[in-house]
Amino acid sequence: MSNSTSMSPASNSATGFTPGNPNDPARRTWIAVAGAAGAVGGACVAVPFVSTFTPSERAKAAGAPVEVDISAMKPGELLRVEWRGKPVWVVRRTPEMLESLKQTESQVADAESARKAYPTPEYARNQYRSIKPEYFVAVGICSHLGCSPSDKFQTGAQPSLPDDWAGGFLCPCHGSTFDLAGRVFKNKPAPDNLEVPPHTYLSDTRLLIGEEKKA
Amino acid sequence: MALKEVTTTGLIGWVDQRFPLTATVKAHLSEYYAPKNFNFWYFFGSLAILVLVLQIVTGIFLVMHYKPSATDAFASVEYIMRDVPWGWLVRYMHSTGASAFFVVVYLHMFRGLIYGSYRKPRELVWVFGCLIFLCLMGEAFFGYLLPWGQMSYWGAQVIVNLFAAIPFIGPDLALLIRGDFVVSDATLNRFFSFHVIAIPLVLLGLVGAHIVALHEVGSNNPDGVDIKALKDSKGVPLDGIPFHPYYTVHDIMGASVFFIIFSAVLFFAPEFGGYFLEYNNFVPADPLKTPAHIAPVWYFTPFYSVLRAATEDFLLYWLTPAVIAYTLLVFATVKRSIGKVIAAAVAVAMIGGFFILDAKFWGVVGMGASVVILFALPWIDNSPVKSIRYRPGWHLYLYALFVAAFVILGYFGTQPPSEIGGVLSKICTLIYFGFFALMPWWSEMGEAKMVPTRVTFAH
Repeated sequence: MSNSTSMSPASNSATGFTPGNPNDPARRTWIAVAGAAGAVGGACVAVPFVSTFTPSERAKAAGAPVEVDISAMKPGELLRVEWRGKPVWVVRRTPEMLESLKQTESQVADAESARKAYPTPEYARNQYRSIKPEYFVAVGICSHLGCSPSDKFQTGAQPSLPDDWAGGFLCPCHGSTFDLAGRVFKNKPAPDNLEVPPHTYLSDTRLLIGEEKKA
Repeated sequence: MALKEVTTTGLIGWVDQRFPLTATVKAHLSEYYAPKNFNFWYFFGSLAILVLVLQIVTGIFLVMHYKPSATDAFASVEYIMRDVPWGWLVRYMHSTGASAFFVVVYLHMFRGLIYGSYRKPRELVWVFGCLIFLCLMGEAFFGYLLPWGQMSYWGAQVIVNLFAAIPFIGPDLALLIRGDFVVSDATLNRFFSFHVIAIPLVLLGLVGAHIVALHEVGSNNPDGVDIKALKDSKGVPLDGIPFHPYYTVHDIMGASVFFIIFSAVLFFAPEFGGYFLEYNNFVPADPLKTPAHIAPVWYFTPFYSVLRAATEDFLLYWLTPAVIAYTLLVFATVKRSIGKVIAAAVAVAMIGGFFILDAKFWGVVGMGASVVILFALPWIDNSPVKSIRYRPGWHLYLYALFVAAFVILGYFGTQPPSEIGGVLSKICTLIYFGFFALMPWWSEMGEAKMVPTRVTFAH
């Protein structure tokens, strides 16, 4: 330390260091190269660590289809089943419920299910958003921030709902409302209709959720 | 090599020759001169450190009994509450401590706001403080998932889905955070890791930087007077007193009062009427059913209200005119053309975005911006004086309006969605952002009072 001043400049020149002129351009270049190589190495090491955040093979494998028996469902009843960890609803709609969809047609944001964020399967792209008008199948997750809406099948005025409420679903988190075909009403935080999962009927009473009919 | 020459002897002397013990104690305690006119508001900095220690210590003990797994987590918390000797006390200290942390930190930030403690040369103290606040929000959010109750689960679901609202990368980002297609065991485990090790490490580093930066420039005071301007022959500020023993004793008194209040809550109302521990969180997480009413814990509700305020109506009929008016204001008053260009570009991007992107995305932007905007404070305040005491009298009303807006946003954030709540949240969101966005103009308006050369000290 303190004896560094007694060193002769000659001994420093052996290391290529000249006091007062620390910028040896050749060394600068190699420092930059070494720094860049180190940064690339660091970035490469980050890849496996970030990759550990992605879903594991086990999580990816857990998406098997679910079979549901709908023979015991009463008109106006809602059945909840779990598919890929999400709630899927099966609603057996009454004729009055189906009638209400005509009334809500003009009040919903995307009556034709034209938006692409959660594409509605071809076989459900109708006013009822279902294969059979009577049975409505949807993922019970609000397209806003992922809460599960509550069923509000009773019609008429009630808290958080309009006075001419025709039945449907209300998301408790941010107040988005959906009609009985899962179509989101205008001017609500949720941008999209409720997702209709791929599904098919194995028979009149057995429904398979998570798989479409093979052509 | 010869040992360093020191004035201390004995064991302390031996240490001082190898480690700057005495020098550090002097620099930060016995010869750190703080203004002598600290008032009530100056308790909260030291109290924040106290609560941090409390959270770390109780957290260490909770981890000894808690199981971070979707099948065991809820039961292990109940086990801590019922079967672990005194486990209920440790757990309630930790849960009450979380709310206490935010009470203390909000009051600490408010102090900085009214006395201009963020002004030059304390900009970095403020910036480190804002980063600490961000970490604290992350820490609270990650920690809230761990009991695996209904609120834990659905709260995490909503917040993680916020990231999914970002255009293009959003859905993949949300997947990366959850580690699964829904909030699940994988999510719980990584949140546990963030909560007990990653964020606390960053937090401790930032708290260190916050204090080092503060001690480098010295504390502000209720008068906003620079005490270093007038010093005695030894170089000690005339209005300064050594932190130890004066403020150590003062802060022990503050800590005592704090513990009285803290204990009252801890022993008599640890759930605090559903505000500190929400009732729905005593129900195990059910991925198939969202509780009828979900709301974040009270300290997040103001920001949550901003999120909810963003509807299509708000963007088109409230924000679009506000952005246009703001741009006109910039054009009318800012001289430099670069400022005009930036303002015009931002306005065009925002209004275009209001029409193209979902309201949901703007809700997320608003929520993020309501925290990030705090960082800008040192550079948007143009007042010639620091402290509220010497600002024009009407500035006080602006601060009162800002606080009222923040409290109203907080209140409606705890409530289910409603017509009146929606309208008031929109108004208060505009007030909140208007306070900061217009600060460069209003802060230099009016006649500032004469700032004395010495601090006001009655005794």
